[in-house]
Amino acid sequence: MGATMSGSGSRRESPDLRVVHPPPQARRKAVPNEVLGMMMFILTELMLFSGFISAFTISKAQAPAWPPPGQPRLPVEATAINTAILLASGAMLWYAGRRFDKVGPAAARVPLATAVALGLGFVTFQGVEWARLLGEGLTMVGSTYGAFFFLIIGFHGLHVMAGATALIWQGTSLWREKLTSDGFWAGRLFWYFVVLVWPALYWKVYL
Amino acid sequence: MSEAHQIDGHHGHDAHGHHEPTFLEKYIFPLDHKYIGMQYMLTGMVMALFGGFFAYSFRMQLAFPGISVPGFGIVSPTEYNALVTNHGSVMIFWVAMPVLIAAFGNFLIPLMIGADDMVFPKLNRLSYQVFLLSCIVLGISWIVPGGGFGGAWTSYPPLSANGDYSMTPLGSSLWLTAVALEFAAFLIGGINFITTAMNSRAPGMKAKDVPMTVWMICIASIMFMASVGPLIAGAIMLLFDQQLGTGFFDWKRGSDPVLWQHLFWFFGHPEVYVVLLPATGFVAEIITVFARKKLFGYQTILYTAIGTGALSFFVWAHHQFVAGIDPRMANIFTITTVLISIPIAEMMFLYIATLYGGSIRFQTPMLWALGFIFEFLIGGVTGIFLGASGADIYFHDTYFVVAHFHYTFFPIAFIGTFAAATYWFPKMFGRMMNETLGRIHFWGTIIPVNFIFIPLFITGAAGQHRRIYNYNHFPDVSTPDLQTLNIVATVSLVILLCFQTVFLFNFFWSMWRGPKAPANPWKANTLEWQAPSPPPHGNFPPDNMPVVYRGPYEYSVPGREDDYWPQNQPN
Repeated sequence: MGATMSGSGSRRESPDLRVVHPPPQARRKAVPNEVLGMMMFILTELMLFSGFISAFTISKAQAPAWPPPGQPRLPVEATAINTAILLASGAMLWYAGRRFDKVGPAAARVPLATAVALGLGFVTFQGVEWARLLGEGLTMVGSTYGAFFFLIIGFHGLHVMAGATALIWQGTSLWREKLTSDGFWAGRLFWYFVVLVWPALYWKVYL
Repeated sequence: MSEAHQIDGHHGHDAHGHHEPTFLEKYIFPLDHKYIGMQYMLTGMVMALFGGFFAYSFRMQLAFPGISVPGFGIVSPTEYNALVTNHGSVMIFWVAMPVLIAAFGNFLIPLMIGADDMVFPKLNRLSYQVFLLSCIVLGISWIVPGGGFGGAWTSYPPLSANGDYSMTPLGSSLWLTAVALEFAAFLIGGINFITTAMNSRAPGMKAKDVPMTVWMICIASIMFMASVGPLIAGAIMLLFDQQLGTGFFDWKRGSDPVLWQHLFWFFGHPEVYVVLLPATGFVAEIITVFARKKLFGYQTILYTAIGTGALSFFVWAHHQFVAGIDPRMANIFTITTVLISIPIAEMMFLYIATLYGGSIRFQTPMLWALGFIFEFLIGGVTGIFLGASGADIYFHDTYFVVAHFHYTFFPIAFIGTFAAATYWFPKMFGRMMNETLGRIHFWGTIIPVNFIFIPLFITGAAGQHRRIYNYNHFPDVSTPDLQTLNIVATVSLVILLCFQTVFLFNFFWSMWRGPKAPANPWKANTLEWQAPSPPPHGNFPPDNMPVVYRGPYEYSVPGREDDYWPQNQPN
């Protein structure tokens, strides 16, 4: 079939064409599909929150007074306790994952349920604080300060709710003994992201 | 075992032993990556027709102010703004992205790495459905009361943030929603691409055996995911400004409108390279096949792509040189901007080096690939004028800028697509395209495109500002000479659009009536050509999936009878 030999392409050494190579073996996956997909998703989420936080930081730096006079102060101490609740939830889920892999799926049930309960406790606590702040006159349209607070903290709250829903869904498949180790790993990763991004938000927005 | 010869023959098109899918399952809600890719491609083609029509309408207004444009009517100032805005948005977000990344990424990644499908087929289907929804939302934004959004595709506040300024309160929010949906679609798709390319490669395919196209689409997807977050954040803030009355970008309440420009361009500049890299991947594939020569500097090309991708995150503020940023910051961004031309120029030189000494075949895909290099270099060189902050103060927002980025985006979005479409058409549809019509289309596109944009460099350098509806209102920049150049550009655009019918005819006629394509019509090495044309569901016979013995570009190896050496042949 009319092989055209190119002169300059032949500078490297010609391989031995007679050697028959053994067929290569299938590779082991370094990271399971679900986990790798989740890691890419978390990368985007991390950049999303970075976007919010950098916008917040720039706006705060340009404002003459922050928080603006007449606006309510954020509940720093109460939220510190709430931060501890969310971190405990993350630790509990880490423990659930350990039990799942080391002991067996059934052993993960109680720590998973505890982690979800703590996560829902965090959102409820936040909801109560929001109602109080709204009552004190902190709104999205009132000031950029309030707008950023509700935007960033609200967005994180949505993530907590989404993460808790995902964990409840994974819990039901755990009960039906259908939860895979990789799937649970991916679910835990998302929750770790939600938990670990919170201290950064607390530090930037509240303190 | 010689896979290549076995799968040259006919296998039943139901290699997986599945039940025969219904029409609905196969074409409307497919899980097969090839059909999802084609859905993206056809949707992108439809959107390209809209984008082209918009360009035609506002260019007619610029060349012949006040005339009733055939097919559109008299262009009012508001309509003019909406046309310009939606031309830009459609061509970047709804043509370049879906066709270059989503369509070819979906079609090619599993085939090129020897996999039967994407790792998450249902997410893949969801990705297209969200994308289709974004197209519908955008379409609705054109017909709501007040008309489509007219604040430019960059959507700068305060113009975009307030319905009183933009006069399109509904259109601007729908536009923003459509853009956000479109990002969600590509986010889902990108996760799929990267996971598939990492985990589903054929046994034996090491990192340096991966075809350049797959590398480029993966790097582009990672860049997209790393850059899109801040823009989604900004889009939510802008939507709240529009609909809830918050003041994130409202200068009257002490906020900074330039903040949006930073959030937008932090995404917007990497986005240029997100669409560029897949196109360079296609070009790499094509020039090496049609020069019958090994790709020159595979690793260096890979590193230049990664270097370009990394640098592109540090150049965004060159869009804000006149927006009131600190001059010290302008200096830094001038340096990074000029630096980024080094890796990308190096990549182009490596492509030219691949051509050197090859036995070049000037078939249609090769013409497009060479056209890409030529046209893109003009775009790249003119970018240096704009990257230098001193020169940019003069050139900013003139037609020089318009001509510059069209010399980058036209090669990327159209020349790159035509190269890839003509090259992979036999694999996609199992038939060959007509070569003569392909050449007519090539010359009918490549000549007019230069006659559109070279005049615009001149009008821009003469001071014609870009966001002007009718130059007769500005006598000092509407001399008869400049108006002649505008007419040349518009007439060339009409000629270019007319020649696209040749492509559309060739594409759809060949899809059904073209001569049957063999499995490997171009005698290429990569795995997609070792599957039948068109590949069945599952791509390769399940009991005979390909294994990889060598890199993708072993052409004209001395001592071999054939001048190509498929990746899956043991020897």
